[in-house]
Order: sequence, then C-alpha cells, then structure tokens
Amino acid sequence: MVARFCLVVALVFSLVGADANAAGLGALSTPLADPFPSTYAPAQARTTLIRNATILTAAGPTIRAGSILLQNGKIVAVGANVAAPPDALIIDGTGKYVTPGIVDIHSHLGVYAAPGTSALDDGNEATNPVTANVWAEHSVWPQDPQFPRILAGGVTTIQVLPGSANLIGGRSAILKVVPSRTVQGMKFPGAKYGLKMACGENPKRVYAQRGPSTRMGNVAGYRTAWIAAEAYRRKWDAWNTTKTGEPPARDLGLETLAEVLRGNILVHNHCYRADEMAQMLDIAKEFGYQIRAFHHGVEAYKIGDMLAAAGTGAAVWADWGMFKLEAMDSIRANMALVDAAGAKAMIHSDDPNGAQHLSQEVAKAMAAGNALGMNISEEKAVRWMTINPAWALGLDDKIGSLEAGKNADVALWSGDPFSVYTKAEKVWIDGALLFDRSDPAQNWKTDFELGFVRPQGAGK
Amino acid sequence: MRVLASLTALIALALPVAANAATIAIVGGTVYPVSSAPIKNGTVIITDGKITAVGANLAVPAGAQRIDATGKIVTPGLIDAYTQVGLVEIEAQRETRETSSSNRIAPSFIPWDGFNTESVIIPPTRDDGVTNVVIAPSGGLIAGQAAMLTLRPGNPRSLLEGRLAGIVVQFDNPQAAGASSRGELIGKLHALLDDVRLYAANRAKYDGTTLRTLGAAKADLDALVPVVQGREPLLVDAESVDQIESALQFARDERVKIILVGGAEAWLVAGDLARAHVPVLSGAMNNIPNSFSTLNSRQETPALLRRAGVTVVLVSSDPGGDSHNFNARNIKYEAGNAVAYGMSHDDALRAITLTPAEVFGVADRLGSLSPGRNANVVVWSGDPFEFTTRVEHVFVDGRELHERTRQDLLTERYRTLPPAKKAP
Repeated sequence: MVARFCLVVALVFSLVGADANAAGLGALSTPLADPFPSTYAPAQARTTLIRNATILTAAGPTIRAGSILLQNGKIVAVGANVAAPPDALIIDGTGKYVTPGIVDIHSHLGVYAAPGTSALDDGNEATNPVTANVWAEHSVWPQDPQFPRILAGGVTTIQVLPGSANLIGGRSAILKVVPSRTVQGMKFPGAKYGLKMACGENPKRVYAQRGPSTRMGNVAGYRTAWIAAEAYRRKWDAWNTTKTGEPPARDLGLETLAEVLRGNILVHNHCYRADEMAQMLDIAKEFGYQIRAFHHGVEAYKIGDMLAAAGTGAAVWADWGMFKLEAMDSIRANMALVDAAGAKAMIHSDDPNGAQHLSQEVAKAMAAGNALGMNISEEKAVRWMTINPAWALGLDDKIGSLEAGKNADVALWSGDPFSVYTKAEKVWIDGALLFDRSDPAQNWKTDFELGFVRPQGAGK
Repeated sequence: MRVLASLTALIALALPVAANAATIAIVGGTVYPVSSAPIKNGTVIITDGKITAVGANLAVPAGAQRIDATGKIVTPGLIDAYTQVGLVEIEAQRETRETSSSNRIAPSFIPWDGFNTESVIIPPTRDDGVTNVVIAPSGGLIAGQAAMLTLRPGNPRSLLEGRLAGIVVQFDNPQAAGASSRGELIGKLHALLDDVRLYAANRAKYDGTTLRTLGAAKADLDALVPVVQGREPLLVDAESVDQIESALQFARDERVKIILVGGAEAWLVAGDLARAHVPVLSGAMNNIPNSFSTLNSRQETPALLRRAGVTVVLVSSDPGGDSHNFNARNIKYEAGNAVAYGMSHDDALRAITLTPAEVFGVADRLGSLSPGRNANVVVWSGDPFEFTTRVEHVFVDGRELHERTRQDLLTERYRTLPPAKKAP
C-alpha cells in the first residue's frame, strides 16, 4: 500500500518535471541537455575524525600526527589539532597515512568488464574510425567485479574511456567507484565529459583495410572530423541565439565534437610518441580546442617543455614499455622529468590490476626521479595520483586534495603509501566508509560475484 | 708456448668467467645466503666466478678486490622463473617473437635456439638484480621446452643451466590445444604418453615397420621419454580448481612429475597440492576474475599455499604482475606484494632465489650464497623489495656486469630540454 502510494507520487512528480523543462514526451530533444543525468546519492556517512596520522594533503606540506574531520560528506578540517564533535567516530591513525582518494583517469572498468569474454567486450566501437557519437557510459556494467577491487586500492574516482581502436572513440564517463544498480548512480555529478582520441599504431592497425592505414591517414581523419564539427557548431550556435525556425538536424557525433570546441568537453588523447603529440597539439591549435591530457605518453619526457607551454598534462605508466614499437622508449623517470619541465604529470592505469597499485607505481616514478638527483618529496609524489588527475578531469575544485570544503574522498593506509608493504585499510567516498579491510563481510560484492566468487578473508 | 698463450687468450675471450680469475670480497653487508640464516656484517668471497666462502668473520684474502657493503643487503641474484625474456623483444612485432612452434604438440621445440642474446631487455633486467630467468615457450597443447638461463654474455647454449626446466603443457584452453573440451585435451595427452611409452620400450624397432603409427614425430617422442620416465617435469598451466584437480589426476594416472603454472585458484586445493608435492609458479598481484577459470584469483595465493606446505615460486608472468618481459626486472616487487598479502619476507626471497633453483634442479649452482655456487650476487642499498632501494652491484659468474641501458641513454639525452643537437 505504501509502495503504491509512492509510485503514484513519483509518477505525478515526473510528469510535472517533464512539463517544467518542456522536453521529453515527444517534445523537442536538445543537443545541450543532459539525457542520462547522474542519480548518484552518497551512501550514509558518519561524522569521522582520523587523528594522529601522517596526512599527505596534496595541497601543502605533510602534516605529521595530524587529524582530519569528515562531516556531511565533506572535509571540514585538516590540521595538527582538530576537535572532535561529540557524535564523531574517532579512528586512531597512529603509524598510518591519510591521502586523498586516488583518481585514475584511464580506466576501462565496466566497458571491458571481468570476466573478459566477448559478451562483455564493450570498449571499442571498432566499426568506424570516428565514433564521436558513442558514450562509454552506455557500455558500463555496474556489476563489473573489478570495481570493488580498485576501491580497495584506494581509488575513488575514475574516468572510463572507450578503447583506442578509433581516431575519435567517443565520450568518457566520470564515475565514482560506488555500488549502484545503474551507471547513472555512479556518475560524478557535474563532471564534464571527456572525449577519447587515439594516435598511432592502434587506429591504423584496426582500419588497415579500409583506412586510415597510416599515420598521415590518422591526421587527415582527425582534421576532417573537426572541420565538420566547426560547421555544425556554427549552425547550432546561430540557431540557439534566435531559437526561431526549424532547428538544424541533430548529429550525435558532431554534437560531442562541437562541445569540445565550446570547451565543455575535455580531450583525452591516447598518444605514445613525442612527435605525434606535437602534431596533435598543432591540430588542437588549428581548430581552437585544448588537449587536456595525453594518455600513455611514454615519450612525454621528450617534450615536457611543449606540454607545459600548451597547458596539457601527461598521464603515464611508471614502467610499462616494449610491448609495441611506439612504447619502446619507455623510461622510469618519465613522470619526474615531465613534472620537472613544468607540465602536469600523473599516473594512470589502463589496467584493473595496475589500478589497485597506483601508489606503488608512483613510488617507482619517485624513485626514478630521485635516482637522477631530483629529490622528489612525498608531498609532490602524492599529487601525481590525486590532484593532478583530478585537474585533468576538471574536478580539482571538488576532489584530489585534503582541504576544508572538498568532498570527503579519503584513503587511510596501513603505512607509507609508497611502500610495497602498504595497503589501503579504509576508503571513504563523500564521507561514507565504502571499504574497510578489517570488515570483509561488509565490503561491496557485485551481483556477479555472488555464488561465482567465494567470500575471501580480508587477508593479512 | 706461443700456442699455449693464444689458447689462453682464446679461452679468456670465450668464457667471461675465466677472464675474471680475480678474488672479490664483499664485506660489511647484511648477507642473505637464503640457504641459511642472514649474517650481519657478513663477508662473501668470490674466486674464479664461484662463491668460495660466506660468513661473519672471514679474513679477506690478500689481493682481493674489496666491495664495501656496509649498511647494505647482499643476496643471491634473483630468478624470474617463468618469462620470455630474449624470446620476445617487442611483443606486437611478430618478427621479434620466438616463442612458439607451429605445431600444437611440440615437445621437441627448443625456443632458446631463437634466443636473442642482444636483446635490449636483458641489460635492464640484469641491472635490477635478476641474474637468471626460466624461458618458456607458449601456444598449442604442448608448447615445447623450458630452460633455466643465466643472463651472462655469450651464445644461447652457453647461457643454459642444467637440464630442461620442463615441457610446457596447458589445461586451460582446449581450443588452443585443438580440442573441444578438457576431456578431449586430456585424452590426447594420455594417448600421446601411451605412444611415448611404447616408443621408449621399442626404440630399436621404431625405424622398422613393427610398431603401430604413433601420434607424434620421432623428435617429439624422444623429448617426452624423460617425462614418462619421471626424470623431467611437465610444466602444467592450470588455473581453476577443476583444471588443477584434472592435472593432479593426470599426473597420478601417468606417474609423471608436474609443476603447476598459474594456479589462480590453487589456494582452494592447497592441501591436495601439498600432498602431491606439486610446486606452484604463482604471481602475487592478480585478483581479477578475468576468465571463468580464474574466478577466485586472489593476491593471498602464495601465502595461503605456503601455509599449507606447498612449494611456491613467485613469477612475474602471471596477469596482474608485470606480465611484460620488459618488467621481469620487477620480480622483486611481486615478492614485496606477496609479503604485503601474508607471505613471510624470508619465504618471498626464497621464492625468487633458492626455491626456483631447487624446483628446476640447479640448486647446486644457483639460488643461494654458499660455497661452490656460481657467483651471481646482488648488493642492494636496502630491502630488495622496496621501491626506494637501488641495486649497487650485480655480479654474474663473479663478474660485475653493468652497461648503460637503452633507458639510461634516453634519460641522459632528454634530461634537459631541448636536447642537444649533437651527441649524446
């Protein structure tokens, strides 16, 4: 009875809502609407004070024996002395470290879900070299068992990208690593979309028969797409100012590209080689958009100065290389050298296992920089996995550092996060404790895991 | 006299060990012989490429080259016991891959005949303290022969240590084996080993016409004779509980020795593996249920297997670890992660040194710092498993090997931007 009443109320409410914005129900669909809006709601959060921990804020100096207060989903205070409200759960952080939740801007979770069968192979719409019309969120399976595993690695926000078969692969999805029945329930509210682009070997291999089959073919493909996008943008911008007469025909792919040109979608460009990155920067200049970050920038260290000048970040691995020709110049000091050149450097995974050990990958990069005498501090290194990738998503005002007013996305580590022996013990998203290594029974199990995967102990 | 002199010169050229007749004393470090308890302020003495003495209060022989390891850690050279180092240079470039036979049943396939001694992957691997690798072929039902190598300069055959490490078989992928199901795959193996036994008992008659037609070529039958005689193991890739139980049953039925490779769900049948004395080559960084045969994959696998008494070798080739050959150099981090997930530090170090040497029958020369062993020795600035630790010295056969790697050269060239127009 109660349930039925709620249903009726909900129906009435949704009709009113539809009328209010004059869309839906067969009315005019509009290019700038948000047709798959986030329905994310934070899990229940308890006021929590972690005290006497080493706090790497990613915003300033390390705070030894410091405290951090999480309340109403936000970080309320960080410092040497923070008073605990009477209702606060107090966690003793002695010997432990606190960092912002890790942000991984190169993930394929949900679109290449586990188990890796053809039935779940939803990451590359490899039917056309330009598929700006596809959105990664429409492939994301929220029951991918990889999600809880990366949460246990301290990762709280990810960008899920289409694969790299295509020159332009489609829109990314910015997700919180939270249990949800729907992808909408994971979408980061207010996050800008990203656009996946890819250079080099992958597109020319996949399309060798129909083209592009060369790197010059790749570049012609990007430019052709942007030329069409410019015209489309002009047409719609003109109509939007007058809103009279028949609107131009909608085109899903060009809508996305036009949004890039308007600065509303951020470009994330898979590109290994330095010379190709430099060409992509020129293409961006030709059409007046920004490349927010190159991904897999194995050779980014060769052009750190150019990246700094363009305001483009580099998302890299610590030491993957040699698996294909364009990855053969991999060096462990890549991230440190890019950082030293003044560009935004950051770690990324592209891998569900790597995503669980991003702090270890940063530790490798830090060690490589220090081996060159660069004296990289933990204050700097923590940025490579938190505030810098948050910046690449345009979310550095909300996440990525431990500062009052930011979302309470926090990881508590058993020790120095850059030690091989350290594990995330507890992970909060918007103040809600979503992973607790000491309480395996309560931890998130996806639908898939029920019955298929045996409950495991917490490990040591 | 003249002949003798040039002969000596010739030997010196051909055998790096002989060129290194000097005595070396590594002093002052904390020495982990692995075969015995750690020694604080220990000394390792190397003579003519062999370890000749290890202990706490050893006199340094007169004229010995002295390496000060005060405050440092000294271990045997690390072994990554399941790789394709030297067989694959650039994974996606087919012409740089020497891993596979075109036959699905290829027990006679010898991958190290295609081993690339000039591989640019070898110097950085060695620089990171890995002095030995097992190289293993892949593909088909029986991929071929695996072998333990020392990453010393020289032609491929001179890198080999001991007999075969084993013959690689897989139970995980019937389609790749040319079968439609695991039952069919196992049936093919039984029939083949029947043929091998018949062949072994009738070798003299084989070239005549008295035997029935056998299921493999003569070279392949020959390669499997030591397996059916229990002298060489099969390296069996099996992941799920049921695949592992199939492999154990197969080994009992055929009375062959097996070593388990992969073993994603091995922790669920740890007792059975311990009772059967089957060693497991496992990673410690994979917990993704990336196929229906690895649903219960977890990072605690090595620790849980050890606890049950299973012999565990840590390898980097398992998905999740650094499965690229380029990162066989990261085997130490696989060990560190195994410790993070419950294995003891001693066990983890043993699992990348002495245990693989024992499992592959070369513990008389590799895997520990004890007299008579090849002088494969690494001096570390600290805990070998930690990211902040640097490798300070790597000795292979008593010779300190260090060369500037491709990565070193690139780093140097682009250390300041823009790079110089002239060399380097």
